[in-house]
Amino acid sequence: MAKTVRETIKDITKHHLLEKKSMCFGQCLTAVGWVGGTLPELYEEDGMVEVTTADVANGGFVVGAALKGIRPIYVVRYQGFQWYNAPIIINYACKSKEIWGIPCPIFVRSIAMEGAIGPVAGSSHHSLFQRMPGSKIISPMTPDEFDFAYKEFMKDDDVYYVSEHRRSYDNSEELKNVIQQDADFTLFPISITRFDAEKARLILKEQGYKINIIHQLWIKPFLFKKEWREALNSSKHGGMVLDDDYEEGAASSIAHSMMIDSEKKVYTFGLEHRTAGFHPDVDNLPPSPESIAERVKSIINK
Amino acid sequence: MKDFRLEVFKKASLCRNFENILYEKVQEKLIKFPVYLSAGQEFIASTIAEKISELKISPDIFIQHRGHSTYLAFGGSIDQLIDEMLGRKTGCALGMGGSASIQCKEKNIFGHDGLMGNQVPIGVGACFASKCPTIVFVGDSAAEEDYCLSAIGWASTKKLPILFVVEDNNLSILTEKKVRRNWEMHDVAQGMHVKSFNISDDPLEINEHLQNVFDYPILLNINTVRKYWHAGAGTDGDNFDRYEKELSYFGDAGIEIDKFNKNLVLEAWQRQLEKQ
Ligand SMILES: Cc1ncc(C[n+]2csc(CCOP(=O)(O)OP(=O)(O)O)c2C)c(N)n1
Ligand SMILES: [Mg+2]
Repeated sequence: MAKTVRETIKDITKHHLLEKKSMCFGQCLTAVGWVGGTLPELYEEDGMVEVTTADVANGGFVVGAALKGIRPIYVVRYQGFQWYNAPIIINYACKSKEIWGIPCPIFVRSIAMEGAIGPVAGSSHHSLFQRMPGSKIISPMTPDEFDFAYKEFMKDDDVYYVSEHRRSYDNSEELKNVIQQDADFTLFPISITRFDAEKARLILKEQGYKINIIHQLWIKPFLFKKEWREALNSSKHGGMVLDDDYEEGAASSIAHSMMIDSEKKVYTFGLEHRTAGFHPDVDNLPPSPESIAERVKSIINK
Repeated sequence: MKDFRLEVFKKASLCRNFENILYEKVQEKLIKFPVYLSAGQEFIASTIAEKISELKISPDIFIQHRGHSTYLAFGGSIDQLIDEMLGRKTGCALGMGGSASIQCKEKNIFGHDGLMGNQVPIGVGACFASKCPTIVFVGDSAAEEDYCLSAIGWASTKKLPILFVVEDNNLSILTEKKVRRNWEMHDVAQGMHVKSFNISDDPLEINEHLQNVFDYPILLNINTVRKYWHAGAGTDGDNFDRYEKELSYFGDAGIEIDKFNKNLVLEAWQRQLEKQ
């Protein structure tokens, strides 16, 4: 049976601690569930380090460990908690190479999840890191992509913000781009929206629309590949960046880069610009397949 | 055997002369960014550095923004510090650090990014990863940052070989401690089971409290007097000056050392300015 994203992360973590003699820091790691089953059952003597509940300080501990050259993994169990965890990572680790010539690489596993978790914990918050210098942001949703993210990190000396999503952990399939001649529209989905973009494509196909999908693994640095530009330019009605974060961040920034460098309009569709509540009626979820299909049709038929 | 107090004075004298000459350079507007002079507080770093050299160890040092004396006392290059003040690539922080973010790789001094107190959790994390002697310097105001307090707590929990040095000049820019809080750092740290002491910046008193340094986490809240403004070159009035006290204690020998260091710093400036 093919390996899932969950097993891939677990194996990589085990390798990183036991073979590379590094450390993995986080809150409540060894509690029931081991972070959605993504961690091997290891303890402090093996490098699996339970930190305090002081999120801001915890971010600092990991920066200090990284300064000692151990390339730590830092697990932040809900991306919303980055508002407390990110400050020292962004301001010290991400700047250390430029100010002092001392790299401070950290593999920040930042986990998104949504649905009934209220105003602060849910969704992705990679835009928080995206607007500041000194980090790379990658959002792997498949086993090969996670493996790739880790290998890139190990070759590199930057802080990696790895924007994960719990809904991807069961996935064992790779996601492929769909690029067609004379498409009506191109979707550029990020994170968990990549799965729903594929469903939206099928809904729209049934209704006679030809939709491209170009998966966005790297959020930063954003590299607009030639074949993506060509696919966008040959899409009749332009494209749309889909995200699991608020639209006013990475999605808008990527859409802007695409528009500057193409002849088409690129729209954005992510979380609504409002606070999520707990009840389904007031939640704020990433775009569903149906809502993506509706949004695309409303642009095409404008 | 070396005279401990004299050795400390030699270091402090280098620091004081560096700051006094830098004071002039700031007044002459040779330096246009904020400069955090550490004059008045130099006996803290000088005493600890002397103790460390006696112990023949080279701990990791996490510095605060007011760190010229820390840098010099622990043996950072004076030429590179001057180059840093001049914004040169050859500066100790590649010309990026200005006054607040200096570092010295050779002496394991890690730079400060300018967010007060960041160095406390970072130092604790580094110490946790290395399990090696580590010193963290922090101001009495920066120490109030929530992340500093929780970091001290975690160092205690993990029984790390770490020394926290609170350079307590009673001021946050110009706001006095009594306006900001009704508690003391040594009490809080003690509550977290860190061996903590509230002491003066008298070198002998500091040294007394360094006897078991790195055997377990220790916090020294060291009361000191900032001689110049928070940033820039100016004074807030005539206050107690430890340097004057030690200088008069050593008499002629003290004056000789002071002169020697003044020349050393002046020559270093001349050398570096001529390099342009
Ligand atoms: C996180 C953060 N908050 C506030 C400031 C503004 N600030 C700069 S220096 C300073 C006072 C620092 O006082 P203290 O830590 O006692 O050191 P001292 O300047 O007295 O040596 C403050 C509040 C800052 N640089 N960083
Ligand atoms: Mg102060």
